[in-house]
Amino acid sequence: MATTVAEPTRRDFLFIATGAVGAVGVASAIWPFISQMAPDAATVAAGAPVDFDLGPIAEGQIVKLFWRGKLIFVRHRTAEEIKTAENTPLSDLKDPEADSARVQKGHAQWLVVYGNCTHLGCVPLGNEGPYHGWACPCHGSIFDTSGRIRQGPAPTNLPIPPYAFLSDTKIQIG
Amino acid sequence: MSGHSTYVPKSAIGKWFESRLPIVGLIHSSFVVFPNPRNLNYWWTFGGILAFMLVAQIVTGVVLAMHYTPNADLAFLSVEHIMRDVNYGWLIRYLHANGASMFFIAVYVHMFRGFYYGSYKAPREILWILGVIIFLLMMATAFMGYVLPWGQMSFWGATVITNLFSAFPVVGETIVSFLWGGYAVGNPTLNRFFSLHYLLPFMIAGVVILHIWALHIPGSNNPAGIEKKTEKDTLPFHPYFTVKDALALVVFVMFFSWFVFYIPNYLGHADNYIPADPAVTPAHIVPEWYFLPFYAILRAIPDKLMGVLAMFGSIAVLVFLPWLDTSKIKSATYRPLYRQFFWVFVACCIGLGWLGAKPPEGGYVIASRILTAYYFAHFLIILPLLGLFETPRRIPGSIAEAVLGKQGSASAMAAGAAASPNTKG
Repeated sequence: MATTVAEPTRRDFLFIATGAVGAVGVASAIWPFISQMAPDAATVAAGAPVDFDLGPIAEGQIVKLFWRGKLIFVRHRTAEEIKTAENTPLSDLKDPEADSARVQKGHAQWLVVYGNCTHLGCVPLGNEGPYHGWACPCHGSIFDTSGRIRQGPAPTNLPIPPYAFLSDTKIQIG
Repeated sequence: MSGHSTYVPKSAIGKWFESRLPIVGLIHSSFVVFPNPRNLNYWWTFGGILAFMLVAQIVTGVVLAMHYTPNADLAFLSVEHIMRDVNYGWLIRYLHANGASMFFIAVYVHMFRGFYYGSYKAPREILWILGVIIFLLMMATAFMGYVLPWGQMSFWGATVITNLFSAFPVVGETIVSFLWGGYAVGNPTLNRFFSLHYLLPFMIAGVVILHIWALHIPGSNNPAGIEKKTEKDTLPFHPYFTVKDALALVVFVMFFSWFVFYIPNYLGHADNYIPADPAVTPAHIVPEWYFLPFYAILRAIPDKLMGVLAMFGSIAVLVFLPWLDTSKIKSATYRPLYRQFFWVFVACCIGLGWLGAKPPEGGYVIASRILTAYYFAHFLIILPLLGLFETPRRIPGSIAEAVLGKQGSASAMAAGAAASPNTKG
């Protein structure tokens, strides 16, 4: 060896170039395999808005329906249930939210909420528990007549799906 | 797997083959002449039983997959088709379903054997961690398998367990919808669970090979918890331990058969014979018995994220066990205090299992909290401190001395000199 050259050799160049292109290639190959796990086009398309007729729901009744595969409760609240929900001080709530923010203006008798407990997704039983809202049989979460979490492990209130009143007796979900 | 092989093939074909692929020599050195501690008791036969159960589950599972349809509309019916129409379908399905329970019975015995005799300590830490990985893979496999019949318990079990991941802030909801492949548990969920349920047992088999490889470096621990030193301490694997393992396996299979033929649904839930209904959760939803202690820990904590972290933490803590236990003495036989705490811990785990099946209310919740606190205290407080404060009993000089008494191993003693209780192994 006459001289030791500190300059990069052609092998160094090949090593870095191959490594860089390979890393980009691996990263781009991984993406489709992660992306395929997401809800597919057919499932997303099934999320089109649906109309729902409130007419047949009697006062005090809770009706279950599905939108995008998710369970939704539509509850026709009694005057007493509305009053209890409205009069609950926010300081009593784990996830403070006024009842008026959970129903649409002028339609306080209609509560529309997702029907899966925010803890681990079980379906709470209606008109049960100390607040006569819902009680979850799985891990004991208790919801009031506004679908708000009052006791138990669930972290948040039952969420409200996007919906609008088309008329006084008809809503569109989605 | 045990280093240099002394195997010499007798036939010309054997020699020709062995020089090209020395697999017969590997088997010979690992499972024929491999020197095991001579004092292994029947608690050491559960490794072989577990290997058998893995093969049994794969064989019955592959056959079931030939008759099963992984589709949300057809899965339940195809399971009933297996039960009613397929020849011996009822037997193969009951073998597979009860086989899962037997697998967990065996793995829990195997793990508690490790706890009692300190099998996780140096030089077997990697062996132990590989075991924890196998246990996690088993849990994932069992959970996804239970979803496949698409009954009420399948559906709601899947809903509750996948929702555990929604506890993580910010990314939780996205993770869950990626697990589901939709906005709720549905057909895409069933399909991917079926695919993974078929894959994971082969991954378990891969880790089992690593587990046995890591086992055969130091060799088995033993009831005395001291390492083998001379040939006097050991006996060859065959015939001494092949026959011991075989006897235990036959007895275990009898126990297994009693479940399969006489009480095949004893460990299941009647609700799972109701087809999945996303609008109604069964009134009393509990996981299979082998998940109950972890389920009790999940429910004991009133906060969702903390509950999920505690549940995962209760398994993750096992990975650190080799370093949390500060005692140099392996076997509980020579640890008078640890032996008592071991049995308290066994009672704690059984208690958690019992509470996991109870409704989450009143005294059950309080009891779950106490036992959950004790579970973690056992690993994080009691084991580190015991090693510092406990005075161990005198450790025998060798395995031969532990088995045969002082006279029987006089020659071994002369060679080995007096071992102090503080020496490792």
